[in-house]
Amino acid sequence: MVAALIGTRGDRRWVDAARRSTYSLFALLLVCVVAIEYAFLTSDFSLSVVANHSSRETSLFYKFTAMWSSQEGSLLLWAFILSLVASVSLFFTRKKLRDVVPWATAIMLGVGVFFTSLMLFGGGVNPFDTLSPVPENGVGLNPLLLHPMMIIHPPMLYVGYVSLTVPFAFAIGALITRRVDAAWIKSTRGFALVAWTFLTIGVILGARWSYTELGWGGYWAWDPVENASIMPWLITTAYIHSIMVQEKRGMLKVWNVSLIVASFTLALLGTFLVRSGVLQSIHAFGDSTVGPYFLGLIILVLVGSTALIISRLPLLRSQKRIDSMASREAVFLINNLLLVGMCVLVFWGTFFPLISELFTGTESVLAAPWFDRYTTPLAVALVLFTGIGPLLAWRRISWQGIKRVFPIPTAASAIAVVLLLVFTDAADSFWALAVFVLAAFTFVALAQETWRGAAARRSSAGGSIPGSIVAVATRNRRRYGGYIVHLGFVVLLVGVAASSSFETKRDVTLNPGESVKVEDYTLTYEQPTVKRDGQAVVFGAEVSVEKEGRRFATLEPTRRYYQRTSGTKTIAGYFEGEATSEVGLRAGVRKDFWVSIEPDTNEIRQRSQVADERFGAYMRARVLPVVQRDPSQAGALAQQLVAVQGLATDQIISDYVNPKTATAATFRVIVSPMVTWIWIGAIITILGALFALWPARTSRRRKAS
Amino acid sequence: MARPDLPPQEGLLMELAYLLLMTAAVAAFVAYPFWGKGRRTVAEDPAVAALEAAREAKYREIRDAEMDLATGKLTQDDYERVNAELRTDAVGLLRDLDEARDRASPGNG
Repeated sequence: MVAALIGTRGDRRWVDAARRSTYSLFALLLVCVVAIEYAFLTSDFSLSVVANHSSRETSLFYKFTAMWSSQEGSLLLWAFILSLVASVSLFFTRKKLRDVVPWATAIMLGVGVFFTSLMLFGGGVNPFDTLSPVPENGVGLNPLLLHPMMIIHPPMLYVGYVSLTVPFAFAIGALITRRVDAAWIKSTRGFALVAWTFLTIGVILGARWSYTELGWGGYWAWDPVENASIMPWLITTAYIHSIMVQEKRGMLKVWNVSLIVASFTLALLGTFLVRSGVLQSIHAFGDSTVGPYFLGLIILVLVGSTALIISRLPLLRSQKRIDSMASREAVFLINNLLLVGMCVLVFWGTFFPLISELFTGTESVLAAPWFDRYTTPLAVALVLFTGIGPLLAWRRISWQGIKRVFPIPTAASAIAVVLLLVFTDAADSFWALAVFVLAAFTFVALAQETWRGAAARRSSAGGSIPGSIVAVATRNRRRYGGYIVHLGFVVLLVGVAASSSFETKRDVTLNPGESVKVEDYTLTYEQPTVKRDGQAVVFGAEVSVEKEGRRFATLEPTRRYYQRTSGTKTIAGYFEGEATSEVGLRAGVRKDFWVSIEPDTNEIRQRSQVADERFGAYMRARVLPVVQRDPSQAGALAQQLVAVQGLATDQIISDYVNPKTATAATFRVIVSPMVTWIWIGAIITILGALFALWPARTSRRRKAS
Repeated sequence: MARPDLPPQEGLLMELAYLLLMTAAVAAFVAYPFWGKGRRTVAEDPAVAALEAAREAKYREIRDAEMDLATGKLTQDDYERVNAELRTDAVGLLRDLDEARDRASPGNG
């Protein structure tokens, strides 16, 4: 960092040394990551992080991922990814942006210093802290994280958050050096798109995890940590669009630097929210040890950047104005305002508990309906402008142009209205109907664009229409990648609108053999199931589902109760630890059938407590005197006791499936239309982003030459 | 962490040796640009870089205008007006770029 700051005076040797320091930081942090992973994989409980987040029973799969479930491991991951993206960005700009790069290097390394210092001096977050004496076994991984999505969800979000450091650092460098032209945007646009792509993947994986693992019945709850991931996504989406306006028209310079500062700040805020515990969340796995430091960094970034932007306002003022509201840049600006508006709403709703406590002394939480009420109209408007944008030309579209491009998409949306009103119950939800109709407009607009582009190519170069589509798309990756992203995004929103507006949800208590009808489906609680699985007991149900009289599916929703991780292990201890759900899901293109179970375990808990008391009395009366007389027998006796306790547990929980003692279970049954389209839309979106990111043939050829 | 299979002092020495080796390697790698002439990178002139970025953006605008014509967003008249404007801008940028390059490396003539 010091070398980079000296390098800002123009001596290239210091700039090169700073770049090499970044590469070295990456190499050293890679060694740290490998060392920590090795410790996890070999169950080296001398390290506190391993002892507190893994155990001998943890599978190899989850041992590998346990690193980022911990506070210290996730900080190490942040620093490691930062060193990686900083190294990559500095490698690609080593011969470019002579004035800006030294400052950008100093800023990226400054953030690196923050994270590494936090680990070393932040108090209890050093991943190499050791324990003495070394425990025999670790406490294991938080059961909520025992899910395949959790392997990739946090690193994806982190790559997204951290990649935003690159455009932020270059933007600040450009402001400091007064080089506010498009050169820094050209060099960092790819990193913004990479960040956006990874944020998208992270957000979607989080939603999928919520849908299949948390057992509450949805994919998005406007939970603070979910909101923390969507806020930088919204602002980065706005930024990716508005930098195009700066590149082409030299406008929105203040807006762009403000957006990237906001994106980076929100990325820090996201990490802060997950790691500080300042807001209650189902996803927050951290304590509050590092919160104040994060808050300090966030304030420093905000105050410093704002002061810098204000000091450079004369330079950032645009010479040009938007020629017409009927232009692509005008639509980009409107979309930007909608995205930022959504972000402001989400921010307000997320921090309302803190704000209300500050002013009224009482913490008030804004629930999901509040978020839905205000974000839905903005999302609908976003779909509208997502469809209109590609139909407009840059600068201005004439009336003749409008008459050429708008009729077909408008007719398609009119047909969609009629079909939806006649053949479906879409009219029951105004907003859902609006999304469907505007989605039809957008699909047809994108199809028309693609078709006309390919037809023009075909008329000049010949070939087939599919071949022309491929040719024209690969020649204009940014444009067509963007179209694919728009298509995926609208598909995703259609899924959200349909599933949130037309789902049927029933909570019902059933005894084995009883049935319930939900829409066209009849669910029958066939029989209870139970098993002991490692450190958990798993209560569930075998349910059969019939649709219109025909067998549709057999599902087995379960509720998994994990043994508490502290104190003496008792039979009742299974009900004092974490509990997770595995839902029964039959996904379909039209509808998802979803069921979760809440077993009635009261009887079993009571019997467990009685057994524990008897067990304790037996220990005190029979076992302890023996151990006091002959301590050498302690090990063998302990093993026998564990075995007996296990047998007793099996005996007690087996009552759950005994027809004479079996009790009722409560099921949540949801029939939700088009949820699958959310995941399909997300996949299309990500593929579109990758298509846009893929280097164009011309730039590859230029590199080769 | 000291290796458990070694006596504490030897383990500490090994750790120290690793640390020194790593520090020396990093120091040598970082200080390489100071060792002699010709080991520093040469970055392009900022004014040239800015103009090159502007030129690429202008070329992209010209391609976009062609696409807008092909997809019916621009009429032939609109296209000709916009295209002429863009090409004038592009020619101006190319001229500025040449001048900036000359200023950046006057020896090249």
